[in-house]
Amino acid sequence: MREFGYQRVFDVPGAVTLGADPEARYLGGGTNLVDLMKSGVERPGLLIDVRELPLDRIVPTEGGGLRIGATATNSDLAAHPEVRRRYPALAQAVLAGASGQLRNMATVGGNLLQRTRCAYFTEPAQPCNKRTPGSGCAAVNGEHRNHAILGASEHCVAVHPSDMGVALTAFDAVVTYETADGPGELPLAEFYLPVGDTPHLETALPSGALITGITLPPAPVAANSRYRKVRERASYAFAIGSIAAALDTRDGVVREVRLAFGAVASRPWRARAAERALTGAPATAESFAAAADAELAAAKALPHNGYKVTLLRNLVVAVLTELTEEAAR
Amino acid sequence: MTTMTGPTPVTGAVGTAHTRIEGLDKVTGAARYAGDVPYAELAHGWLVLSTIARGRIRSVEADPVLAMPGVLAVLHHGNAPRVNADYTGLLGRPDPTVAVFQHDRVPFAGWPVALVVAETSEQAREAAEALVVHYDEEPHDVAFFAGHPGTYTPEGNPRMQAEAGKGDLEAELTASAVVVDAEYTTPQEHHNPLEPHAAMARWDSGRLEVIDSNQGSTWVAEELANLFSLDPSSVRVRAEHVGGAFGSKGVRPHQVLAVMATTVLHRPVRVVLTRRQLFSLVGYRSPTAQRVRLGADPDGRLRALDHQALNLTSKVHEFVETSAGLGRVMYDADAHHTVNRVVALDVPTPTWMRAPGAAPGSFALECALDELAEKCGVDPIALRARNEPDAGPVSGLPFSSRNVLACFQEGARRFGWADRDPRPGQRRDGRWLIGTGTAAATHPSGVAPSTASVTAEPDGTFTVRITAADVGTGARTALTLIAAEALEVEPERVRVRIADSDFGQAMVAGGSMGTRSWAWAVTSAVRELRELLVLGDGIPPEGITARSNTAEAVGALPMRERHAFGAQFAEVGVDVVTGEVRVRRMLGIFAAGRIVNPLTARSQLVGGMVWGLSMALHEEAARDQASGALVGADLAGYHFAANADVPLIEADWVDDPDDEDPVGGIKGIGEVSIVGVAAAIANAVWHATGVRHRHLPIRPDRVLLAGTATA
Repeated sequence: MREFGYQRVFDVPGAVTLGADPEARYLGGGTNLVDLMKSGVERPGLLIDVRELPLDRIVPTEGGGLRIGATATNSDLAAHPEVRRRYPALAQAVLAGASGQLRNMATVGGNLLQRTRCAYFTEPAQPCNKRTPGSGCAAVNGEHRNHAILGASEHCVAVHPSDMGVALTAFDAVVTYETADGPGELPLAEFYLPVGDTPHLETALPSGALITGITLPPAPVAANSRYRKVRERASYAFAIGSIAAALDTRDGVVREVRLAFGAVASRPWRARAAERALTGAPATAESFAAAADAELAAAKALPHNGYKVTLLRNLVVAVLTELTEEAAR
Repeated sequence: MTTMTGPTPVTGAVGTAHTRIEGLDKVTGAARYAGDVPYAELAHGWLVLSTIARGRIRSVEADPVLAMPGVLAVLHHGNAPRVNADYTGLLGRPDPTVAVFQHDRVPFAGWPVALVVAETSEQAREAAEALVVHYDEEPHDVAFFAGHPGTYTPEGNPRMQAEAGKGDLEAELTASAVVVDAEYTTPQEHHNPLEPHAAMARWDSGRLEVIDSNQGSTWVAEELANLFSLDPSSVRVRAEHVGGAFGSKGVRPHQVLAVMATTVLHRPVRVVLTRRQLFSLVGYRSPTAQRVRLGADPDGRLRALDHQALNLTSKVHEFVETSAGLGRVMYDADAHHTVNRVVALDVPTPTWMRAPGAAPGSFALECALDELAEKCGVDPIALRARNEPDAGPVSGLPFSSRNVLACFQEGARRFGWADRDPRPGQRRDGRWLIGTGTAAATHPSGVAPSTASVTAEPDGTFTVRITAADVGTGARTALTLIAAEALEVEPERVRVRIADSDFGQAMVAGGSMGTRSWAWAVTSAVRELRELLVLGDGIPPEGITARSNTAEAVGALPMRERHAFGAQFAEVGVDVVTGEVRVRRMLGIFAAGRIVNPLTARSQLVGGMVWGLSMALHEEAARDQASGALVGADLAGYHFAANADVPLIEADWVDDPDDEDPVGGIKGIGEVSIVGVAAAIANAVWHATGVRHRHLPIRPDRVLLAGTATA
């Protein structure tokens, strides 16, 4: 483990000034970065501790949205009454992740930037194009039961591990950031880069940028939403498939639907094809299944992860059916 | 049959619940483990493991690393002290993996190739990670599967023949009205104690002193004496507290490396293995591929029992996972055949892991029994009663005590088994299909020679010295109760000192043999002491000491089938839409002799059942075929049951007396409770869904793709 500097910062300009150093990393809860430093995947020269920045507030915006500070902890986000009322799937997603201890440490900004848990990525002795560009992808022909079925490439089939990000994606979140040259923002839909042949380039954030917050636009449909996570043990495991869904029906017809999948791609996966297929369709198990099929038609399964196609299809039908039945009560 | 739970007799300390004697020290952090003990001038070793699965070390680029801050030495095959691995120790010949740095061959990924020693642990680690090792790589074979062309039948040993049988198997199978012929697999599983392996070694006045975490300090001392060609009396090994072992804590590379480094550097050296290194260096449970064939009459009486098991071993050492041994104890049949076969691959050597053989073997055999019960239309418990043997099915020896049916009766009563609808796929609770299952458990209850001493102190207290190991089981407390009862004094007047090789030879904490073996030595020494105390009328300042050695008595023990037994029950929920399986409740009833400390015994039994659940649903190491190395080999990637997976679990026991036993009917309880759990859960999953899951773990993807029998 390399010796590194540690600097706590108290204001955003001070943070981004230090963050211009290419050897520096911002430290939130450290729940992923520190593990990667121990295993030698990350070897920063300087850690900039951003937890004392004044960015931990969660504020309702006019019209029914939310502004979430980047250093708000996962626990605070999940417990916030307006999150639970306006975006219940977001609170459920956060609570489905990690453990109570980790959620007390982990920050919202860090959650979006956490790295894949692909076992080849976290083991420096193994080839991995994401960790060491050009070294190859061992997962494609190796242990890939929990790897991507959508949006992957022959260069990388890793999945993004976030639960929170799946719900944020369903609700059109926008990421705001600060750089030494000034602020900027990125819709979450454009935040993560396509895998292509550059899996080591993960986000569209400019170099040295510090995430300052997330804005959730008003989304009345989100009040009737749900997050469902399937994993290989009851807690303390990453998803093998998850879904964030929101549904608004009237007279048995879908007026609006939001669907996003987790653990299927290098980023939280917004299921827009399914949404298009469902909007205006009858709110029935048949049309839910047809919508899932529309989305999953693009799926490319590897030898050992084809079950995910079935799993996601089942989850779409099950969760949308539950939301339909609950709304009817 | 009555259970022993509830008010306990006041006549003796044994059988009375007692909290751990060192419990306060452990929960307050006062207890020091091997990695905690400070020493002046202590240097720290960090191990470097091979990244190739087979080949030769071409060079170890030590010079740049020696220039790094704090680095004192880089040991490797080119400069390490020589050791002697040509000997037979207490438990057999050593795994050559402990003869570190003796040649340039690399027989598996994770083989020790260098040790970096530095002033601080951090410096050693940074230097070890920077050390460049060049290899000449050769093709490897790490693929384990039934029918591997390298399969062979090992020689076996007197205690466990590789192959055993009687009768004409094929003829009885042909004559059977009902036949089950099924193949089962279990994956590679790891025992990863909370406390990683750690050892400090130093030379002190011509003696080698090792502070270790192990399952037997005389065992490790003898191995080190053999390896370094030392007089056994010049080696002292201690392991005061041990944070879990489960079969993994014998002599391992870290002790040998610490001794090498302290010999070279002339200062104390500590070597602590990392979590990931544990996955390569301390053994594991081999994957198994098993085939079970059962032939029965229509009423379920067995005519034929055939259990063929295959496990892997390394190419440097043979380890046999005796999965097929269970049937030799559990069920008789007119024709009986059991065999354990092995294939050697380019992988680390497996070892004993909680209930070796019995844990994977019971998954296959007890699932096959359930399949037979289904085919015969016989209740699974009635089927087992119908095949209950009068004597050892293969040995013909009488059982010292065998109360497995009493376990089933009591378990069935408490679990509500009588109300069970045998048909699968009938019950639902919301999204969960509900099922129940059962399985038998058994584990040998052996005993081995041990020595002990007991001293009557002038202040009216007693000091027991025995090289027992308390690996977290509560052994220190159990021995205190045993000594107190034998001495007829309150436990508070007894001081038990353990885990110091200077106390003399004793059985290791393993094979469910520790407590029984040590209890015999302690009670024998107490008997001697009481005779001495009758003779004299005063106790001198140094006390009066009596010693025991049970070697002769153990050798004179009549030949019997000596085993603990049990009955496992599980209720599961299965969501076939997502593939999730959740265990909703478990009950284990055991016949395990005389229970010494009900408090820690129940804890140990529940612990084994949790592990069985973990084996059924979660545990599985992944070996990358291309590199030959494990991937995800840490506690994030290797899943075991988390708290949320563990439901209400009850463990209890029935009376299991053995009036002829010289040790008062004490049996081992360390391993029997994991046996049969995975089968009970798999049988419950069948009862829920109508689908047999014959491959562990029963993962969501497997359940999802298997669906239900009807859907």
